[in-house]
Amino acid sequence: MLKDITLGQFFPGKSPIHRMDPRTKLILTVVYIVTLFLATNWFSYGLMMAFLVLCIKISTIPPKSIVRGMKPLVFILVFTAILNLFYSDGGVELVRIGSLAITTEGLKRAFFMIWRILMLISGTFLLTYTTSPISLTDGLESLMNPLKKLHVPVHELAMMMSIALRFIPTLIEETDKIMNAQKARGADFETGSIIDRAKALVPVLVPLFISAFRRADELATAMECRCYQGGEGRTKMKLLRFSRVDIRAFEVCTCLVAGVVTLAAFGL
Amino acid sequence: MEENMKDIISAQKLAFRYQGLDGAPDVVVFENLNLSIKEGSFTAVLGTNGCGKSTLAKHFNSILLPSGGKVYVCGLDTSDPDRLMAVRRNVGMVFQNPDNQIVANVVEEDVAFGPENLGVASPEIRRRVDVALKQVGMYEYREHAPHLLSGGQKQRIAIAGVIAMEPRCIVLDEPTAMLDPQGRKDVMDTVKRLNQEKGITVILITHHMDEAAQADRVVVLNKGTVAADGTPREVFSQVKLLHQIGLAAPDSVELCWELNQQGFDLPLTMLNPKECAQALCDWLKA
Repeated sequence: MLKDITLGQFFPGKSPIHRMDPRTKLILTVVYIVTLFLATNWFSYGLMMAFLVLCIKISTIPPKSIVRGMKPLVFILVFTAILNLFYSDGGVELVRIGSLAITTEGLKRAFFMIWRILMLISGTFLLTYTTSPISLTDGLESLMNPLKKLHVPVHELAMMMSIALRFIPTLIEETDKIMNAQKARGADFETGSIIDRAKALVPVLVPLFISAFRRADELATAMECRCYQGGEGRTKMKLLRFSRVDIRAFEVCTCLVAGVVTLAAFGL
Repeated sequence: MEENMKDIISAQKLAFRYQGLDGAPDVVVFENLNLSIKEGSFTAVLGTNGCGKSTLAKHFNSILLPSGGKVYVCGLDTSDPDRLMAVRRNVGMVFQNPDNQIVANVVEEDVAFGPENLGVASPEIRRRVDVALKQVGMYEYREHAPHLLSGGQKQRIAIAGVIAMEPRCIVLDEPTAMLDPQGRKDVMDTVKRLNQEKGITVILITHHMDEAAQADRVVVLNKGTVAADGTPREVFSQVKLLHQIGLAAPDSVELCWELNQQGFDLPLTMLNPKECAQALCDWLKA
């Protein structure tokens, strides 16, 4: 169960999407999400879908792993679909259960909502799958740089984020180990009510927290040993540089936004 | 203040105590320790748990500061805050748990962490990272995620991260304690190669006698003092002393020592099974 978590997972590769500057990818992901909410109907959705499929194709990310990443979201999707299904007015009534009715309009809305969420998540997956967490945080740091003037600790935030990402797999592994150790001593995580199961997790969380603090302490010492003293005077091995790929990407996305806006204006 | 320039590290009358918690008495680790390490040497430090090995190592790059006496690194006083970075740049540290010293999600980014902190220019960092990764034999893994590597590989990444800072000395604090035999061998081979080919001074803190036997010099610490100091052959032949402290000699020496108790008369200078077999063979033929 713990192995399924794909948060922050990165697939190394050499595709044009991998080679893009993280800043470009971050900006364009935001643009993509906004555009997604501008799309209103079959044609604009189709255009967004075509764009997404094209991006996935170019990125050489196996579509399977994107689908796998969706699994934990099934509940949210079903929930949203049901809400939209019953709480939309208009259209022809299809089925009636008591005071709740399913209409064609509700069906359509539910369908588009799921489609939208799926595209939204796939798009953001594409960002995290093709960008190493380090370049992602580098990108964020660079984009947030103007905030330094307002005394926002941008470098420290970026560093914290990259360390957090770095330790996710380590801590997952450790949780697994502790759970197995507790199971070996007769702990039961699978049966009983939700409250019982939550209680059973306490003996897992306590050692996990203690070891996380110990790790943090050791990591801090190791970082000090390697002359870390905050962002001042620090250089980077990989400098962020916009290249031709980025310009191309901005061009394509401008066309996409223009296309979707035009289609939406005609209600398509 | 005299400093011998040939000594890359020297502890002079070093005293150190950990503050006792809640009014408990302080824990005295060192009272008067003198130890110097020659530039380019390979020194192993042995001792039982709690004898102060790790505490000593932390004095070598200003993580801990002496409560009394001085520690000099490359002639620099480690307690001088202005020289802190110079000291740490010259003495790299590798710790026991590779998971807790790797900062980045990609191997090469982690190796670059040290030089980045030093403010080295980007192309130079790239060069150093490539060189360091090749030296530890991990170049082909440069784009991998560290958590997917084996313990021995992770530990070599940690070593690469240290040598990318181009230190003159590396202190390894039980680097092989969590590794399997293959990982241990890979790490030891890497460390020896760095010492021999690059002339980097190595201080290896270990619990494994066979690793210590590969060093030029072995220092045995006991209760905060130097109990034995010399070449591996000199130190390990003092089997009785080692036993008193709670340590053991390498297996081959132990075997010969046990045989001597039974009336054999073997020298106690065989540091590995091969030498031991040869000595036994000679003795039986004679």
